[in-house]
Amino acid sequence: MNPAYSVIFFTTASGLGYGLLAFIGVFVSLGLLPADRWLGLWGLGVALAAITFGLLASTFHLGHPERAWRAVTQWRSSWLAREGVVALLTYVPAAVLGISWVFFEQISGGIALAALLVAVTSTITVYCTGMIYASIKAIPAWHQTAVPVNYVLLAAMTGAVWFLALLHIFDLPTVPVTVIAVVLLVFGLAAKMNYWRQNDDAPVTSTSGTATGLSELGDVRLLETPNTSANYLNKEMGFKVARKHAVKLRRIAIATGFVVPIIFVILAALASGISAVFFSLFAAIIMMIGIVTERWLFFAEARHVVNLYYGETTI
Amino acid sequence: MTSLPANPSPTKLGLVVDLDICVGCHACAVNCKEWNTGGYHAPLTDTNPDGTDPSGVWFNRVHAFEAGEGKAGRTVHFPRSCLHCEDAPCVTVCPTGASYKRDEDGIVLIDESMCIGCKLCSWSCPYGAREYDADVGVMKKCTLCIDRIYNENMEIVDRVPACVATCPAGARHFGDLGDPASDVSRLVVDRDGYDLMPEMEIRPTNKYLPPRPRRDEDGAITAATSMEDASPEGGFLGWVDKLLSGAGDVK
Repeated sequence: MNPAYSVIFFTTASGLGYGLLAFIGVFVSLGLLPADRWLGLWGLGVALAAITFGLLASTFHLGHPERAWRAVTQWRSSWLAREGVVALLTYVPAAVLGISWVFFEQISGGIALAALLVAVTSTITVYCTGMIYASIKAIPAWHQTAVPVNYVLLAAMTGAVWFLALLHIFDLPTVPVTVIAVVLLVFGLAAKMNYWRQNDDAPVTSTSGTATGLSELGDVRLLETPNTSANYLNKEMGFKVARKHAVKLRRIAIATGFVVPIIFVILAALASGISAVFFSLFAAIIMMIGIVTERWLFFAEARHVVNLYYGETTI
Repeated sequence: MTSLPANPSPTKLGLVVDLDICVGCHACAVNCKEWNTGGYHAPLTDTNPDGTDPSGVWFNRVHAFEAGEGKAGRTVHFPRSCLHCEDAPCVTVCPTGASYKRDEDGIVLIDESMCIGCKLCSWSCPYGAREYDADVGVMKKCTLCIDRIYNENMEIVDRVPACVATCPAGARHFGDLGDPASDVSRLVVDRDGYDLMPEMEIRPTNKYLPPRPRRDEDGAITAATSMEDASPEGGFLGWVDKLLSGAGDVK
């Protein structure tokens, strides 16, 4: 599939934002964060900025962004619409939490309940994002439960690492979140490697024989394409560049998205003061390079069965 | 509404494509383009049509495949267009309600005025039936020529999709595949018509008819009969030939 930059930015930025929002929500609801307005402003500010820029970026690849409001109407059938609905719903408790925290430094009682709600809707939003892809049968690599699980896991992971950086910056207790971040980085890496291995070893879903129904005649191979130059289908679904460099890009994703962040999260725990802040921020930033690479591969490596009409013989 | 029809009509309008007859002339694709660039989805935008890298929106594309090896190998021309699936995923993934399946005849359509151009429907289609018009910013697809088949200003014989009307070989048939007694349904039964990619489990309405088996057992292609001898020996024709043949004539 064509890896559109707007969608890569949207899924990684909103994953980070909703992950961070969920951690803040859970920690506020458990009474584990101080009511310091600057913590609220920076924490919720970064999370909501990532989400909002992500959502705006996702409208950049639309043909008619001015009609984007329509995209919440079909929640009965469409995971994209469900994502839109829950994404917008999340702003309501997030606004309640943010206003109360930043202006009144009050985050207990009913506000703690709003914080919990933020965590719940954030998680559901990311699950919906994963289901948009998992619901597509025509892309066998995506049509599996591992996809929404990975989306939620990687959002939680990126959120945790950024949450940890925030705690270091505000000089708050970091031991529990350090443990959570390392566990999520390890689980995230394991899940991603498992996803890649599964797709590399996946049985064939469709062939040029099933696509044309001619398999009884023997091996089916393309003789002539209908079009002399690339059409929409070839450009959108026929992307092949990533597969050429897949092994190298996977190594880059593993190193920068998981291994290096684990090292620097631990270094931050061992250091103190400004060096702890530096290490934790470095972990968070380099992790995003890895996650963007991972997301680029998620799209670019996925093979659409329509390519069986354009020369591929098995998918 | 992008939920599939809750109470679909038994009518399922669709096409039957005969791969035994199709000669790969692309007339169906061209007439489709010709009709539809002035029809429901007008225009079917072309970009750089006279340049070195032309591109454009087409609802029907004709591929050619080779199947089998050696003498048993076949060349099969393969027109590909929307199959108007009963469980159309392109409909249910649409977030806006622009993509829908008609209750009354099962035709899958796009309301362009509601389409945001997110392209998700084209991703969900295994058959590549939908093509994005970047110029207009909306998705477009085969309408089964809804503006012909119900068009009361046209002669009844012309109320068929443009691809069917134009096929010079008679390889395309239009009708109600929900009615077991219809001509198209009987054709599917008689000729073992089949679904493309049945493993996708989205129940396409359109059916394809396989190439008929070869008549000769060894798979050899032979000319029907050789022409008669130009220089027959004996008989009336032999006498005429001898009479008319000069010394320098080619025998």
